[in-house]
Amino acid sequence: MKKTPLNATHHELGAKMVDFGGWEMPVQYSGILEEHEAVRTGAGLFDVSHMGEFTFRGPDALKMLQSTTCNDVSKIVDGRAQYNGLLYPTATFVDDLLVYKNADNDYFAVVNAGNIDKDFEWFSEVAKGMEVELVNRSDDYALLALQGPRSVELLQPHTDVELSPLKYYAFANGTVDGAKAILSRTGYTGEDGFEIFLDPGDAPRIMKKLIELGARPCGLGARDTLRLEAKMALYGNDIDHTTTPLEADLGWIVKLEKGEFNGRDVLQREKSEGPRRKLVGFEMVDRGIARHGYPVVDGSEEIGVVTSGTHSPTLKKALGLAYLPLDKSAPGTEFMVLIRGKETRARVVPTPFYKRAK
Amino acid sequence: MSIPLDSKYAKSHEYVHFDDKEGVGTIGITDYAQKELGDVVFVELPQVGTQLEAGDELGSIESVKAVSELFSPVSGEVVEINDALTDKPELVNTDPYGDGWMVRIRVTDPTEMDELLMNAEEYEEYIQTEAGH
Repeated sequence: MKKTPLNATHHELGAKMVDFGGWEMPVQYSGILEEHEAVRTGAGLFDVSHMGEFTFRGPDALKMLQSTTCNDVSKIVDGRAQYNGLLYPTATFVDDLLVYKNADNDYFAVVNAGNIDKDFEWFSEVAKGMEVELVNRSDDYALLALQGPRSVELLQPHTDVELSPLKYYAFANGTVDGAKAILSRTGYTGEDGFEIFLDPGDAPRIMKKLIELGARPCGLGARDTLRLEAKMALYGNDIDHTTTPLEADLGWIVKLEKGEFNGRDVLQREKSEGPRRKLVGFEMVDRGIARHGYPVVDGSEEIGVVTSGTHSPTLKKALGLAYLPLDKSAPGTEFMVLIRGKETRARVVPTPFYKRAK
Repeated sequence: MSIPLDSKYAKSHEYVHFDDKEGVGTIGITDYAQKELGDVVFVELPQVGTQLEAGDELGSIESVKAVSELFSPVSGEVVEINDALTDKPELVNTDPYGDGWMVRIRVTDPTEMDELLMNAEEYEEYIQTEAGH
């Protein structure tokens, strides 16, 4: 199994480790509910070093990113990041990713751990004949996510980056406790916080330092419940090579007017005709938890599928995401999920399930 | 890891605490099992009066992360279920052998207790082997 630079630290801290797509990762330390609450009310710390990092440099860097993704990369200003979709010509997802702009002709991207090789091959194919140097830097960075309302207060005394003026989805180069770092005001929890790129050698010391300052170490279990409450899509669950951004209710990252890109014609058609299905948030009406892969049925007919589902620690109820036919996707619509063979009632609700107070 | 000496254990990590005067067995999941599952958020139990054979599905336990089936370690009739778990499923984590019990079964054949199940010592050995796989 692959290990992050923080693997020994997780073992030292007594984490429960699991195989996550070929990576040995902490699923929890003290317990998912406690860790979840720490992020909603204080500060939590995640090792997300398994994520991949690519750099794109050269005169065709923008052209290449524009032709492979659906959001408008030309709109990113220096020092900002953008959520985006890397698409096949079928308009379905190769991956979802964050694109960061250092300066003109100088971008980097953060991609999902399980998709690093696939994404790199996909970009490399497009890069042929273009003036862009594409480098997979995934092994050169450790990545810590400090998340929660106390993140600024906890981190500020130990970094030379002024955090308050750093806007959501902005990033800056600096140091954390003397270690060289990129601080990005992004995350996957629905809370304020920072993703901190570090040299692998510095990561264990910085992780321990942040814990000492009051951040609670959190595992992938809490990361999943947190991102689901905030309705952030998980590749492999809610989006994959069979789903388009419009089906996934990610219309806000589809910029048809930006020019030609992979899948544009499909998305244009979907936009005018309406996608045949839509990813919606739901909560359970009957008791039970509908989980990934459970079928949505109408009598004997399978009409949809649950892509994510859990017990929400913040809202204290069972909720999830499901693909439903467009005419059954309006909030308030009830539908049936098969939970271990039993028809169980659920209801479409507005999303996100949880939104932090501004 | 707590493994009370006065109970018997199934490979699927349920315990039975048998009251031989009443002929009733109290069933729940072990301390080891609750730790493996993590925070329990929902327990689905059978109705009183349900007849079960040893190995039949008894219900299910949902933790935040996953769902697990619960199996009846012995044959018998369900005479009581722990209603407290409806509002406080976390009792399974905090007190698995006490307030976190799940069902009581009138045991049809008490010899199953010895034939089908492990004692505390055997169970401890079993989970060590399983944990070390």
